[in-house]
Amino acid sequence: MGMTMTEKIFARHAGVDHVVPGQLIRCKVDLVLGNDITAPPAIKEFDRIGKPVFDKDKIALVPDHFTPNKDIKSAEMAKSMREFAKKHNIKNYFEVGRMGIEHVLLPEVGLVAPGELIIGADSHTCTYGALGAFATGVGSTDMGAAMATGDTWFKVPSSIKVVLTGKMPRWVSGKDVILTLIGMIGVDGARYQALEFVGEGVAELTMTDRLTISNMAIEAGAKNGIFPVDAVTLEYISSRVNRDYISVSADGDAIYDRVINIELDKLTPVVALPHLPENVRPVGEVAETVINQVVIGSCTNGRIEDLAQAAEIIAGRQIHPDVRTIVIPGSQAVYMEAMAKGYIESFIKAGAVVSTPTCGPCLGGYMGILAAGERAVATTNRNFRGRMGHVDSEVYLAGPAVAAASAIMGRIAAPWEVSL
Amino acid sequence: MILEGKVWRYGDNVDTDVIIPARYLNSADPKDLATHCMEDIDPTFAGNVNSGDIIVAGRNFGCGSSREHAPVAIKASGVPCVIADSFARIFFRNAINIGLPLIELGTAVAEIDNGNIVKIDLDRGIVENVTKGKEYKVQPLPEFIQKIASAGGLINYVKGDC
Ligand code: SF4
Repeated sequence: MGMTMTEKIFARHAGVDHVVPGQLIRCKVDLVLGNDITAPPAIKEFDRIGKPVFDKDKIALVPDHFTPNKDIKSAEMAKSMREFAKKHNIKNYFEVGRMGIEHVLLPEVGLVAPGELIIGADSHTCTYGALGAFATGVGSTDMGAAMATGDTWFKVPSSIKVVLTGKMPRWVSGKDVILTLIGMIGVDGARYQALEFVGEGVAELTMTDRLTISNMAIEAGAKNGIFPVDAVTLEYISSRVNRDYISVSADGDAIYDRVINIELDKLTPVVALPHLPENVRPVGEVAETVINQVVIGSCTNGRIEDLAQAAEIIAGRQIHPDVRTIVIPGSQAVYMEAMAKGYIESFIKAGAVVSTPTCGPCLGGYMGILAAGERAVATTNRNFRGRMGHVDSEVYLAGPAVAAASAIMGRIAAPWEVSL
Repeated sequence: MILEGKVWRYGDNVDTDVIIPARYLNSADPKDLATHCMEDIDPTFAGNVNSGDIIVAGRNFGCGSSREHAPVAIKASGVPCVIADSFARIFFRNAINIGLPLIELGTAVAEIDNGNIVKIDLDRGIVENVTKGKEYKVQPLPEFIQKIASAGGLINYVKGDC
């Protein structure tokens, strides 16, 4: 019986020939990730075990959520992670100035390769499925235990095949693909399952699109969202990954729980209304919604192509006077490239602020908190109640093009409303 | 183990952002977290929950962020068990790992109302709605997960192992 991509990666990391959905297995991990919120409790649990780290080169620690630190308590947490990294000689600790938002940074610096198995104490660790790796979010205790043992337990998920066909229309990006899918199946539509993206439409998607799509697999409840390894993948990793890896592909007779078809040609830019990512509507249906803030960034849409899309719309125009627009490049490298390409200047001239990489407003941490009754359009991934501030504020999720158009218009707007 | 308590009833898709909002994640101290538990969905919870009370919710409880602070906050509030139609997977893992038992009751949760008294026999897998005089049988957890639970969480389990 054939296996899906996810099953193949699990089998190899469990040291067995074959696995089936529902099976409980113990797998070796290739990388363990934590951030300034989740690593401090993980370190406490790790210390209780009383063993050294399993491999100092296979742990990544990224202070990104509340850094540069927003207050004393968050500074104490970042300090505990920094001291742990020093004490255990952790190679992949990224200090402020070299850090980025973890899920933008790790693929960018070559810490993710096809066929690898990665766990992170952050739910959006599933982002790395874009490169044909198995990656999923776990909790701090899982992280603490894995830092000591180098392995962790899993229940093998069944897989859903998502078949993509056709070409991407103008102004449609990866964000619209994944929001459309979540709108179709709901926020628990793939609960405890793997999403495997296949079909001729995959070749249409840039690595940025794929990273955005895999990033939000968790918003459909999925364990992971994985893409086949193709020319786009190999091109992306060619200058970044210089270690051996074993990429996998699904067997022709692999068994899927169900098949979902998405015709890319038919997609249109969409917005997810408060307070769930499944409340998806075509942008035109909500275009009269007046907004107070726009956030462009996050692990979902903080990459250079995302900023390019936003800059294409914002450059040479002025942000609406009633809108605060906050642009957050996802890493220092993205920041530098956006500067070299003139995007940063365009944003600032238009009346936006540009910040150093941070999660900041995405999780309602700092750098753009909403007051009661305020409304934001954000390229982030969650619009839960209170996610960006006051419980009576609202977040509308969209791709960079809609976010940028909305910043100019002062209301939710389609990109073609400003770019013609 | 037998648990009995008053029900705090919530709906579908209760996410970890409302269980413990990110603005309080600059602390990982369970006592601090408990004082803000459920704040963004129910501001009355933290001040009024009694030790032994039980949370009952709908589908996909604990979706969203992987923050282990969410089950930690619930446990530190004195809630010994959460019953839901279904749980999000990271929350499920985290709760097991920190020793907070969960019961996946399926659609039968619809018959449990806010303020009902429920009695849970964890070993035999029985949930009884004392107020309504109804009883439900639940699937026992897989053996491997029971082992983690009976070791008192993942760390103790791993310690015994390596
Ligand atoms: S950008 Fe937002 S979703 Fe992504 S890791 Fe940071 S807080 Fe989480």
